[in-house]
Amino acid sequence: MYAIARQRILGQSFQKMRPAVSVLRSYSSAAKQITVRDALNSALDEEMSADPKVFLMGEEVGEYQGAYKITKGLLEKYGPERVLDTPITEAGFTGIGVGAAYYGLKPVVEFMTFNFSMQAIDHIINSAAKSNYMSAGQISVPIVFRGPNGAAAGVGAQHSQCYASWYASCPGLKVLSPYNSEDARGLLKAAIRDPDPVVFLENELLYGESFPVSDEVLDSSFCIPIGKAKIEREGKDVTITAFSKMVGYALKAAEILEKDGIYAEVINLRSIRPLDRSTINTSVRKTNRLVTVEEGFPQHGVGAEICASVVEESFAYLDAPVERIAGADVPMPYAANLERMAVPQIEDIVRAAKRACYRSVPLAAAA
Amino acid sequence: MAFSTTTANFTSQPFSFNAPSPTSHVKLLITPTSASPFFGSTRKLRLPSSSIFNLHRRSGTVVGVSQVVKEKKPKSTLNLLITKEEGLELYEDMVLGRAFEDMCAQMYYRGKMFGFVHLYNGQEAVSTGFIKLLKQQDSVVSTYRDHVHALSKGVPARAVMSELFGKTTGCCRGQGGSMHMFSREHNLLGGFAFIGEGIPVATGAAFTSKYKREVLKEADCDHVTLAFFGDGTCNNGQFFECLNMAALWKLPIVFVVENNLWAIGMSHLRATSDPQIYKKGPAFGMPGIHVDGMDVLKVRDVAKEAIARARRGDGPTLVECETYRFRGHSLADPDELRDPAEKARYAARDPIAALKKYIIENNLTSEAELKAIDKKIDEVLEDAVEFADESPLPPRSQLLENVFADPKGFGIGPDGRYRCEDPKFTQGTAHV
Repeated sequence: MYAIARQRILGQSFQKMRPAVSVLRSYSSAAKQITVRDALNSALDEEMSADPKVFLMGEEVGEYQGAYKITKGLLEKYGPERVLDTPITEAGFTGIGVGAAYYGLKPVVEFMTFNFSMQAIDHIINSAAKSNYMSAGQISVPIVFRGPNGAAAGVGAQHSQCYASWYASCPGLKVLSPYNSEDARGLLKAAIRDPDPVVFLENELLYGESFPVSDEVLDSSFCIPIGKAKIEREGKDVTITAFSKMVGYALKAAEILEKDGIYAEVINLRSIRPLDRSTINTSVRKTNRLVTVEEGFPQHGVGAEICASVVEESFAYLDAPVERIAGADVPMPYAANLERMAVPQIEDIVRAAKRACYRSVPLAAAA
Repeated sequence: MAFSTTTANFTSQPFSFNAPSPTSHVKLLITPTSASPFFGSTRKLRLPSSSIFNLHRRSGTVVGVSQVVKEKKPKSTLNLLITKEEGLELYEDMVLGRAFEDMCAQMYYRGKMFGFVHLYNGQEAVSTGFIKLLKQQDSVVSTYRDHVHALSKGVPARAVMSELFGKTTGCCRGQGGSMHMFSREHNLLGGFAFIGEGIPVATGAAFTSKYKREVLKEADCDHVTLAFFGDGTCNNGQFFECLNMAALWKLPIVFVVENNLWAIGMSHLRATSDPQIYKKGPAFGMPGIHVDGMDVLKVRDVAKEAIARARRGDGPTLVECETYRFRGHSLADPDELRDPAEKARYAARDPIAALKKYIIENNLTSEAELKAIDKKIDEVLEDAVEFADESPLPPRSQLLENVFADPKGFGIGPDGRYRCEDPKFTQGTAHV
């Protein structure tokens, strides 16, 4: 199957993946193509030059040019006082970032992957997220925590967890997850300007993908609103919500479904907290069916929250039970074929959409 | 000076530290001492001449000089309290701390205060000795035992008491509570429940001070940060991480260890491989000082040098204050594990009584004036309790306020204003 072949290519090399042709349909003027990596780098560069209070902190962000080369060139441009290579002490340097943010500096703390943020999670939740509330508005924390989140390729259980639902359950944090270059640039700029703590969940496999961007996106004052989802593809039969890498999969699934006469509406959540419930509910009220897609563990995940929200607000409009696609309920295995089974694939999304539309679905999984 | 990203080539810091009177009451670590005896309850670390009573007696060698001259004569080892004003300030601050905490206990048992309340009785010398040397813009980061740090830093007793009662007039409008005292105006950055959590935050505040001076070019920014924490925290990873980074980047911070020997019911000696905490400073390249934390004058002396060092840009210092809490860990702690003989020994070294004795014996002021201060503090506290009692509880609408600094959580738009203020914002989805 076409999808399987794509997965093999994905497994072999994740350096440069050309997006499918349909992506071009979603954007008005496809002038330039930039990779997500370049989008993030340019966003950081512009925000650092606009505001001297912005500084970067993390492991290997300076002389190594960034573990995933996101911060390439920034040390040369801004110097070691604004691009800080830290020792391997997540709890310590995250706390230092929070303390600096208490005084109005704007740190951008990079975690090499969000798995390592668990060593610093006390500071993200207790001293950053809760401070504005505990101090009754006296102390706000304009900090950004960013880094790759979710599964990569073959990196094993301790490097593959998705933290969207963990952080999104905590009031006081804003949680963003971009998909393409436009999202990456706009949301990172919005996050850096934001006066509250923002958890910015990138995806390692998307860094090398390039997407077309309009001139407006490349403008230095461009930023995307936090808390607003984007409808990547309009449809009328079923709503598919996704974020980060799964948006790409959802779009491809939508193409496959179109051949069977099912027109799927794909929503790119962009912001996990605050969740854009109004967009999701409006879409469900139009299509009457919902499939949520995420890469993380299924229990207490983002899909669970979306399902509950839809049931609370648009129950009468649902024609079918909400379908939840998530990663397998196991720590990520290492073997390539097992890993493929543990992460949602395009055919899983297609099957779920067909189930939601009460079409017959082949029983055997075709992986 | 740039932050070095290559290995720092600092000279060994301990040698450059200059205490004003290095002999009597300050223990300076240069080389590791031989294995110290397990303390039990007597601290053999202190040199025998370190009590203020001995120092006082040592200076009385001049005979037949008039009263006035005797007062003005500089005491060589004791240029601690030069003026009567300073003495009164220290006394008043310590009495305020003690009386406040006693009032807290009373209010707790009457049901007006609730939750976790950790009292500071016995440790006032550390708070007063350090914080009274700071400017308004210097910051203090504390732990859950933070009422007295807040009072010393200048937060009004009324505001602290209301906060403890959970009223809307408290310093955090009742949303923080006993363990989370914040004040932007007085630069009190909390109030943290997790031990060790405040240390990186304090290090970050010190980082900001340095950043403002060097990158943002605010030339006279020499703000110092004090981080207060206990003996149990010194076994926590975050403590070491911050000692490393503070020394590496030469941040203007003083790490103050309030070693009261007990972490709830766990004795410091049972929990720590090497109980001499001040030794951990030189391992990271900063001076480590041990001081008698029951004597406010000695603490103040050490604090002056440590804070001056930080303000000059010479980097961090680790100060271990040997102190004791007269009450249990919190008001819920029955305090059964501590030896009553140990408690009695430390009660005899009560810092307030010691300072009072010093003031009277050196004729800095009369007993009547000190009693007047006691009375004034009692009135302040009664007023604070009354104010807190009469203050209203937070209204229902306050529950959802202040989660974000940004009013609705939608961030800031390209024009620099909050997006939720744009009337067209809530229509449809955002199309770019």
